[in-house]
This record gives sequence, structure tokens and C-alpha cells, in this order.
Amino acid sequence: MKTDHSPVTPADAKIAPKPPLRRFHQASWDEPLLFEMTSPGERGVLVPEPDVPLDDTLPAALRRAEPPALPELSQPQVLRHYLRLSQENLGVDFNIDVGQGTCTMKYSPKVNDQFIRDPRIADLHPLQDERTVQGVLEIIYRLEGLLREISGMDRFSLQPGAGSAAIYTNVSMIRAYFAARGEAEQRDEIITTIFSHPSNAACAKTAGFKVITLYPDADGYPDIEALKQAVGPRTAALLITNPEDTGLFNPRIEEFVRIVHEAGGLCAYDQANANGILGITRARDAGFDLCHFNLHKTFSTPHACGGPAAGASGVTEALAPYLPTPTVEFDGTRYYLDDDRPESVGKIRPFYGVVPNLVRAYAWIMSLGGAGLREAAEIAVLNNNYLMKKVLEIRGASAPYAPGRPRIEQVRYSWEKLAEETGVHSEDLGLRAADFGTHYWTSHHPFVVPEPMTLEPTESYSKADLDEYAAILAEVAREAYEDPETVRTAPHRSTVHRAREDVQDDPATWSVTWRAYRRKILGA
Amino acid sequence: MRFGLVVNPVAGLGGRVGLKGSDGAAVQEKARALGATPRASERAALALSELRSRLGGDELTVLTAAGAMGADAVAAAGLVPDVRYEPGDPTTPADTVRAATALAPQVDLLLFAGGDGTARDVLDAVGLTVPVLGVPTGVKMHSAVFGATPRAAGEAAALMAAGGVRLREAEVMDLDEDAVRTGRVSARLYGHLRVPDIPVRVQQRKMGSSITDPSAVSGIAAELAARQGPSGLLVLGPGGTTRAIAAALGADVPVMGVNVLTGDRRVAAADVSAAELEALVRASPAWIAVTPIGGQGFLLGRGNQQISPAVLRAVGRDRFVVVATEAKLASLGGRPLLVDTGDEDLDHELRGYLPVLTGHGKFAMYPVR
Repeated sequence: MKTDHSPVTPADAKIAPKPPLRRFHQASWDEPLLFEMTSPGERGVLVPEPDVPLDDTLPAALRRAEPPALPELSQPQVLRHYLRLSQENLGVDFNIDVGQGTCTMKYSPKVNDQFIRDPRIADLHPLQDERTVQGVLEIIYRLEGLLREISGMDRFSLQPGAGSAAIYTNVSMIRAYFAARGEAEQRDEIITTIFSHPSNAACAKTAGFKVITLYPDADGYPDIEALKQAVGPRTAALLITNPEDTGLFNPRIEEFVRIVHEAGGLCAYDQANANGILGITRARDAGFDLCHFNLHKTFSTPHACGGPAAGASGVTEALAPYLPTPTVEFDGTRYYLDDDRPESVGKIRPFYGVVPNLVRAYAWIMSLGGAGLREAAEIAVLNNNYLMKKVLEIRGASAPYAPGRPRIEQVRYSWEKLAEETGVHSEDLGLRAADFGTHYWTSHHPFVVPEPMTLEPTESYSKADLDEYAAILAEVAREAYEDPETVRTAPHRSTVHRAREDVQDDPATWSVTWRAYRRKILGA
Repeated sequence: MRFGLVVNPVAGLGGRVGLKGSDGAAVQEKARALGATPRASERAALALSELRSRLGGDELTVLTAAGAMGADAVAAAGLVPDVRYEPGDPTTPADTVRAATALAPQVDLLLFAGGDGTARDVLDAVGLTVPVLGVPTGVKMHSAVFGATPRAAGEAAALMAAGGVRLREAEVMDLDEDAVRTGRVSARLYGHLRVPDIPVRVQQRKMGSSITDPSAVSGIAAELAARQGPSGLLVLGPGGTTRAIAAALGADVPVMGVNVLTGDRRVAAADVSAAELEALVRASPAWIAVTPIGGQGFLLGRGNQQISPAVLRAVGRDRFVVVATEAKLASLGGRPLLVDTGDEDLDHELRGYLPVLTGHGKFAMYPVR
């Protein structure tokens, strides 16, 4: 083989400038499922034969008649499989992830992962005697104190495993509160809004309440006249997000709370979208009785795809008796778990929550401090309004409702004009963005904003990041006008070009397990 | 997949010159005198261009009528016209009926370019025998059979060709143009055409967002059945949503008109008149379920005049239930529901806010004007 020994010139050594737009190309392995890769007899681990006869130790009813149908593979095959899959990805740490609006994609500091891998956290067992876990109990207790200060609420439970679990906890506490007053049967309606976090309607339904949804008025705010018509002796609670998914902060929120309180109902503030208001407004100061945070949104812990999430349910003193059991308490010398809570709604998940995420959230808040939290919110709002200005300069884009008003932490845009003029849909544009190494999400259903796009640039992104993201959107929109076919058939450089959403939407065909896939798709 | 096209060359002529419609030779002549130029053929060609670009078929043949009634638009879109009908000169509504009648047995989807008047002619010609889709070129388009734009119509045709698109029955409405010119609004429901179920304001491929979303419709049906009880009557106004509700309850009701179900799911009376309905609801406890016209919002007084003020008063406001899926409410784009029963006092009582039943245990508090 010929080797080039010519000297390196200054021109060779020059670092290439950052390209205006990155051309992304995803790895494509055409990777089969582990079940399809199985090779009979192959083993990853040889399990030793038991020392005692199994017949003596396991009752017959617990013994399998035949071995489970697991894939048979060696360790390196499994490792290669997962590394290949990890390359067929467009993950949060891999792109300018401002397109997953409403999800508050911010940087999860990697140093916080080191804390949770420390044996003093990683090796704990939830059944350990509480005298041996004083450190982690102190972290949970202190984190509750921080969230109390941030929200103004009197008590928190950190047990819920995610935002929806926290909303379900709040709905359960609302029911317990009215049951204690003999009003549980009468107050069977929960009011929410179409631009609120949809988990509010879903959790209320799951808990057995009827749900009344308010639609936006001409300015995009929830229709306060509709609220006045909806409240009454059947009203249990208002579950509302503010700012809503439009990014508009409802300036009449105290009036909403007053109307519901006057009808005898409670008010729960869904603070999944709290990132733009940290240190600026508080749920309690607006009169709310309950609130919840998603620690994986505002407080930087990884979202569920990076491990389990965590939610936090906050209440006023009047609702504190109904908090899930146990609570973490401090008697002046030691931390302990309080299980003696007769009015509690019980357990929302086992033990006392997703502890590693509580540690991460505590570390994140302590690293910023009070002033830092407010600064994070201010930067998130500035970023959002900067990006909105750039997006609205793109042909075919608009931001429905309240023209000219600044938004808080996110915006639900519309590509309706572009779609009418080019036949290219918002979903197509988002998929074409994948060819430039990023993406965006449209909206919850139904699409109240036509041809939607929801962007939420948190404090984690620099001006250069936002410029690059806006340049990608501008390029994709230009292509829609000049070369619509390229956009409509995108993405072109991803592992899968178009997923069949109809297959995923239809109960007759959707398959989230190997067993379901075999039955529904393979017909086996 | 074979496509047909009928263009009403004069559709939309009156709109830009403020004539509220284009029905009748006198109005068309006046429109031309005011400087109107026909645009129907151009807009039909835009729809076909979209279809062509999505199917990638340069050789695609479209069955059509000669000249301005279709062949011109097909050629302008770069496709091949296969002329099956020669119209007279000038063309008349009878030409639309005859052309649609000739094309219907030969095609899998009949596109027509026009407005509500053209939709009525197509309805007269083909009824529910063949899927159709309107390319919007008219002045009045209250019917629910049109794509939102010409391009959207072309896209829907292409999606149908790709397969897997469901059909739904959509309302053909028309206004009395003479009445509108004198300041009165009077609309009628003329019937239903079968169109691809691709709501334009909601995402294309999400079945869950369809205006007749099966899970929402079955939830609404269960709620209505629970209220009706075994001995009550359920009065269903016209519309795709209410027909789907009847189907979810196991009853097959006619496409047209107002129908009445018994508690054990039998059709007590089909396509009733206002007088028949009034007699029924006075004799037995009854619930009335109506759904707004999609994309437009009329709740009472358009196509369901059988549910008269006397019927509504006999049943009472508490037993008058508005039903719609969330996707259908979203399709109204923020517009309120509209009532025009002919009884101003009753209209006044109904205005304000009504709880719209959107699913099992789910309501929207929605404005009525």
C-alpha cells in the first residue's frame, strides 16, 4: 500500500468552517428484532444447575411446563444489536432539540448522572431500615422544601412516576377532599381547556370524572364566558395549564380561579409548562389549591425514554391529609417515613418515588440557586421570542392568536398558508427537517391550530443553535415552494423513510410486543 | 383507479363581482358584463396537477366531458382527456347531470369542479353510487363535499388511489340565491354524496382524528342510550355523525331526514315531518340529538327544519343534546354554532353556551350564536 509522506501544509491543517446547514445521515442497519436473530442453542449466559432439586423448592403451579420462548443469542450479538439501534436515532443529545414543543427539552447535566451512579445512591434498597438511608431521605425532604418555595404550596409528594401520575394523584386527592365533605357523588365534573396538557382530561376520565372542555376565544385564551356557564354544584375542579400550548399566558387566571372557588370547586395548576415562569409567578399566589411539576421537563431530569420520569404533586394545607403515603418527615434529629396517614389516597407507585430523578432534580436546582432558576426562565422566554421572530420571517409560517403579543416559553405555529399554496403539510416539513439533523412535533389532537408546529427553545440553546434551527426551517419551507416532491417524500437520509401511522393507530394492527406482532402482523 | 372529471365552466362567475352566486343564465350574463372571467377550469387543472404530481403518472387518463366541461382542464394539467360526453353551447345544469350520469359507471372517483349548485346536479345524477369529491370553484360552498382548496382535492384523490381511505356520507346543502340577494338566508339539505373521509383541518393519516372517529362516536352513542333509557325515544337529526351513532346503536337509519329510534334500537319512524315528529314527542318522553354541519356550524334551521320550534319546546332544552367529535369542533376553526329555527324567542333561549357531547363522559362548553 502506498503511503503519502508529503508534508502537511497550512491549508490542510486549517479547520473546516461550520457548515451553514448540516447534512445529516442516519446509520441504516436494517436491524432485525432479537427474536428474529435467534439461533437455537446459542447462549449469552450459562446458568449453573441448581444445587437443590427444584421439585422441593418451587410449587408445581409456579413451574413452567416448557422453557419460555426467549431469543437465544451470545452477548456480543446483543451488544452489537443495541449499539446499532442507538445509531439509528435522532436523540436529545444529538440534535438542536427545540422541536419537541411542550416537552421542555433541556440539557440534562451529565454530572448529575454521576451522583446517581454513586454506590451510596445506586446500591440502596427501598426496604432498607430508614436509619440507614438518612442521606437520601434528607435529599427528598430538602427537594420538597425547594418545590414548596418555587410554587408557594404547603406540601408535596414526590412519589408519582411522571407528570400524568402526578395529575392522577391530584385528581385522586380532589375526590378524597370532596368525599370527606360528603360531596363526592355530587361533584363529578372536572373542567379543563383544549390547549391545556391533555393529561388533565385523560386523568380526570381515568379517575371516573366527567370532563368539560373549554375552547379558545378569538384571542386564543380559554373562553371565560364558557367557564362561567360550565361551573356549578357539580364542579369538582378546574385543571388548567398556564401558559397554554400556544405559549400565551392567561392574564385573567386569578379570575378563573375565583369563578371556580365561588362555585365550590378546587383549582389545580398543571405546571408541566413551568419553564418560563420559574421565580416569576407561583401557583399559590394565583390562588390554586393544587399543582404539579414534571421533574423531567422543568427540572432537567431525563425524559421517560432516558429512564423513568418523575412528577411532583403540591397542595395547600387543606389538602395535605390526602397526599400519598408515606411522606418524608424530619423530627429535628432524624428523617423518617410517615405511614400513619389515615386520610391519604394511598400509594401512587411503590415505595417513595423514582429516587435517582429526585437526586438529579435536587442537584440541578442547587447548582442554579434561586437567582439562577429565574435567569433560566428569562433566557427560555427570550430564546422563544427570538426564535418566533425568525420563524415568522419564513414564507408560509404564522403564529395564530394574539398577533404581536410576546409568548412565554413555546409557540404553536401554523403552516396553513404554506400548505394551501404548496400542498405540503406540516408533518412533511418536520420529516424533511430530519435530513438536516433535527425534527419537530406538530400538536396534540385534534388540530385546533391547522397545520401545526410546536417549538419550545429552552435556556439550553445558544443564539447560534436557534439561528441554525431557523435556517433549517427556512430551507425546508423554500423547498416546499420550489421542490415540493422532495419534502413530501422526506426523510431521505433516515433508516425508515415513512412510518405507516395508520398501522400504529389501528387497534387491529398496532403491536408493541413480539407476541402481538406475531399474532396481528405475522398471523402466527 | 379510474378518475372522472366534470367541470361547471360558469361556477364562481358571480362571486368576485358580488352577485352571491352564479345560478341562471341572467346572473351569468350580468357577471360577465361586470367583468367576471371563468376560473373553474383553471382551478380544476390545479387539482389535477396536484394529483399528477402525487401519482407521478404522466400517462394518466381522465374520463371527462369535452372542452370547458373538463377536457381543457385535463389537458392543461398535462394529463390525457378521454372525452365521454359532448355538452351543448352554452352549457346548462342539465349538461352537468348528463355528463356525471355518463361518467359514473366508468370511474372509481368522480371529481367535479363547481359550487353547491353543481353538487346538487351531481347528487341528482349519481346519488351514493360512486365516490365523488368537489374541487371548490363556486361562490356558495356550504356543502361538506369539497376539498378545502383545489390542491387539497387533488391530494385527497391521490390518497384514495393509494388505498386505505374510508368513505363518508357528506351533506349537500344549497342556499336560495334569490333570497340571499334580498338579505334573507335560507338553506336546505338536499341529500348526501359519498366522499373520501380526509378532513382537511386535521392530520391526514390519523384515523383517530376523523370527524366520525369511531371511539368518540361509540362513546356518544352509549351516553345517549343511557339517557334515553328503555322506554324513551331518541330523535336523531341528519348528518354523518348521527348516522354513525345510529349504526353504533345497531340501527340502520335512512340517509336523509330526521329519524326516531326506540329504546330497543328499532327505527320508530324514518324521515319524519315536523308534524309527525311533534306528535311522537308529545306522546312519549324523547331526547333529541343533533350535530352541527361540519366546517360551517349550523345546528338548527339548515337541513333539519323538521325539528321545529314546537318540537323543541315540547321536548325541552334539557333533553336537547348537541353531539360532535372534538375533531368536528376543531374543524369549525373557532366559529360558533348557529341557530335559526324561525322562532326568534327560541333562538334567543338557545344562544349563549351549550354543552356539546364529544365522547363518553366528555363535553365541550361551546358558544351558540
